[in-house]
Amino acid sequence: MHAATIASHRFGYSETSLSAIKADPRAWVKEQIERPQPFDSAGLIDSVKALVLTREVLKTALSAPKVEPGQVGKQDMDDLGPLTPSRRELRQHNVRGLARSWQQTIATTTPVAERWVHFWINHFTVAATKGTMIALVGPHQVEAIRPHAFGSFKNLARAATVHPAMLLYLDNAQSFGPDSRAGKRREKGLNENLARELLELHTLGVNGGYTQADVTETARLLTGWTVRPETQGKAEFMAALHQPGSKTILGKSYPEGPAALDQLLTDLSRHPSCSKFLANKLVRHFVTDEPPAALVDAVATRFRTSDGDLRAVAHTLFSHDLAWSPDHAPKFKRPEELVLSAHRMLKQPVDSVEQLVFAVQGMGQAVGRAPSPQGWPDRAEDWLSPDALLKRVQWAERFGELHRENADARALAQLAWGADLSRSTLQHIERAESSAQALALALSSPEFQRR
Amino acid sequence: MHRCPVSRRDSLRWFGAAATTLAASALPATLAFASAASGATADGNRLVVVLLRGALDGLAAVPAVGDPAWADLRGHADTAATLATPLILDGTFAMHPALGHLHHWYTEKNLLVVHATASAYRERSHFDAQQLLESGGDRPFAFQTGWLGRALQSSNQNAMAMTAAMPLALRGADAASTWTPERRGGHDRDLMARVAQMYSDDAALNTAFAQAMGQQDLAMGAENGAQGSAGFSQLARQAGVFLSAPKGPRVAWLEAGGWDTHTQQGPRLQRLLTALDEGLGALRAALGSHWAKTTVLVMTEFGRSARLNGTGGTDHGTGGVAFVAGGAVAGGRVQADWPGLASANLLDGRDLRPTLDLRSLIAPALQRQFGLSSAQLQDQVFPGMTARPLQLWHS
Repeated sequence: MHAATIASHRFGYSETSLSAIKADPRAWVKEQIERPQPFDSAGLIDSVKALVLTREVLKTALSAPKVEPGQVGKQDMDDLGPLTPSRRELRQHNVRGLARSWQQTIATTTPVAERWVHFWINHFTVAATKGTMIALVGPHQVEAIRPHAFGSFKNLARAATVHPAMLLYLDNAQSFGPDSRAGKRREKGLNENLARELLELHTLGVNGGYTQADVTETARLLTGWTVRPETQGKAEFMAALHQPGSKTILGKSYPEGPAALDQLLTDLSRHPSCSKFLANKLVRHFVTDEPPAALVDAVATRFRTSDGDLRAVAHTLFSHDLAWSPDHAPKFKRPEELVLSAHRMLKQPVDSVEQLVFAVQGMGQAVGRAPSPQGWPDRAEDWLSPDALLKRVQWAERFGELHRENADARALAQLAWGADLSRSTLQHIERAESSAQALALALSSPEFQRR
Repeated sequence: MHRCPVSRRDSLRWFGAAATTLAASALPATLAFASAASGATADGNRLVVVLLRGALDGLAAVPAVGDPAWADLRGHADTAATLATPLILDGTFAMHPALGHLHHWYTEKNLLVVHATASAYRERSHFDAQQLLESGGDRPFAFQTGWLGRALQSSNQNAMAMTAAMPLALRGADAASTWTPERRGGHDRDLMARVAQMYSDDAALNTAFAQAMGQQDLAMGAENGAQGSAGFSQLARQAGVFLSAPKGPRVAWLEAGGWDTHTQQGPRLQRLLTALDEGLGALRAALGSHWAKTTVLVMTEFGRSARLNGTGGTDHGTGGVAFVAGGAVAGGRVQADWPGLASANLLDGRDLRPTLDLRSLIAPALQRQFGLSSAQLQDQVFPGMTARPLQLWHS
């Protein structure tokens, strides 16, 4: 693979043509990291309004006649009862938010920066898999992740954690210090969900060197960070819920009170396990399923020497020769990447968000509803199966039918992959019996299914 | 409650990290596996594995109501709900009221309940625990293929995962495939043929696509009325239809999520367990007379904390429950070397202590299904396993 192809497809979201990249692919990427295109959130619902609306919807759902027991695997989202005006409004907000986010991927001038943002969105996954979360996935991305994706990791982690979406998703909003005023009065106690995932999934990694005792102590430290209806759904620290006394995590003592969270996040971000864990995950996403150790080391080292400066880390990753090596096994695109890169390559806006959500779900990815706080997995074997592949080809078939008039697939393929287009793929596109079939073949091709 | 034929002290030596001094070859393999291989030929047998992702609370599904510590651990509300409509199993255990089909199977002696069981994993990460359970190693990421895939690879049987992506448990087998209901029909046969040809130089895409095309015909022929959301019940019924087809797969993989019940688990478990129970009922109905030769294994990655947490839920734990169902299963009993729920007996002071390795159920089921020799089992399927297989069948 040539550098321009790698920049376009592996690091970005598949450009229509390599012509603007060819002259200097590395500069093309570097410039994007320096100046990522801002995201326009005007008119999108924020988390405060989202929670007000969510409360209305849930209130109606609770007072509605009992629906039949749902099926296993069916999300709580489906149990919201009749389509009331507030529920319709909430759904419209969700669709609008997703449409804006997808349009950014399809049309941005800085696709590599956009993929970088998406990496962190997935890293700090929140999902609409329970009632309180039905409107918060979009606001979390806009309010917590996007502003910090090129800033310091510690600030990103702080923003991602102390946000109504994360506090509700991982149950911290209802975790009580057992010895706190409210905990004693109401006989409520700890919930260690957020604490465990903060250590396991967000900072140190599962083998990062912490113990069950560290998880429990982190849970105690996190008590107090909650969301209440009375304060309009803003994340806040309530001393009445906070477990009194100091906490000891990874051998270090943290004082009682809200400031301890900042200290803990600073210490976690400086822990050697954190830089290693994040570097490995970054290289797996941006380069190849089995990350080369030398590249991981370089990225991890930069993370440490820059004290978690994510822009500096990105520069190190994208300027390293190993990231540009043509010898790595290519990545198999995740379903959402697959369809958005097709829309981008064909400069084709998404006409029906609902239909595309449905199609992507059929390929194994329920958009906004990742099955666990681990987010979407990132290896070929997680996505490549007979059923999923068939659905990807069926989607390509339909895409070809819908957009046959918008592109000459032969020209498109040559522009998009240049010298890296295989003879076999070109031949199949050329021999297609219709423009729709040609386009379907281009989108089904190994070149396009992978990056 | 039925106890293992060996004492608790003895049985503990057979699994867990403490057993590493026991070389695999030192196992009385012929003795242990003989009963599994005899009795029934592999021909005609069906195996269904159901993985409950997220960690089912075993003490809610099969509460130890007779254990003196149970009521205190689970709080008044949980206790009252269970005792209101008790599905009593024996002097110690009851079944969650939502599990009507399973309870009926228990009374028919078609269901074996296995309690205080866990994989070899002793940490509390879902993801690592599922990796270990599906791969069948002693630690996460020791293997990149799955035990069902490896067992299948040494047989001439086919397997079908009722999932969009291939589960790790089935990786490693050429004859494993995946299926979920088609959501948008009308695909162009000619295009499909061209795509297949275009993939001929790409091994991974080629294999997956060929399998997908092959099974479409199978699915079309299958009796399949209910389209729509791929709920567990629909998938379970469809699995039964696949398994009943003369040229269909002999092994099916099903999974269901949502079991990570950290908060207010009562109503959620009611819903989840109801759906699980309905799905298993639908599976049995679709299997018809094949039920007599079917084994269904239901398992989860780990149990949950013995005590309810501060928010009416349970946090990640260790020991839990598993089910073995089917016409040939020696059921109607709870297999448990019960460690007790008194605080001194809990693992790390918080979890039901596991006294039985899940591989003790998986291994004999695989032996029966695939006619594996004990050497094949030890070398290919569960390298390094020291757990002693349970007697699952009527002898």
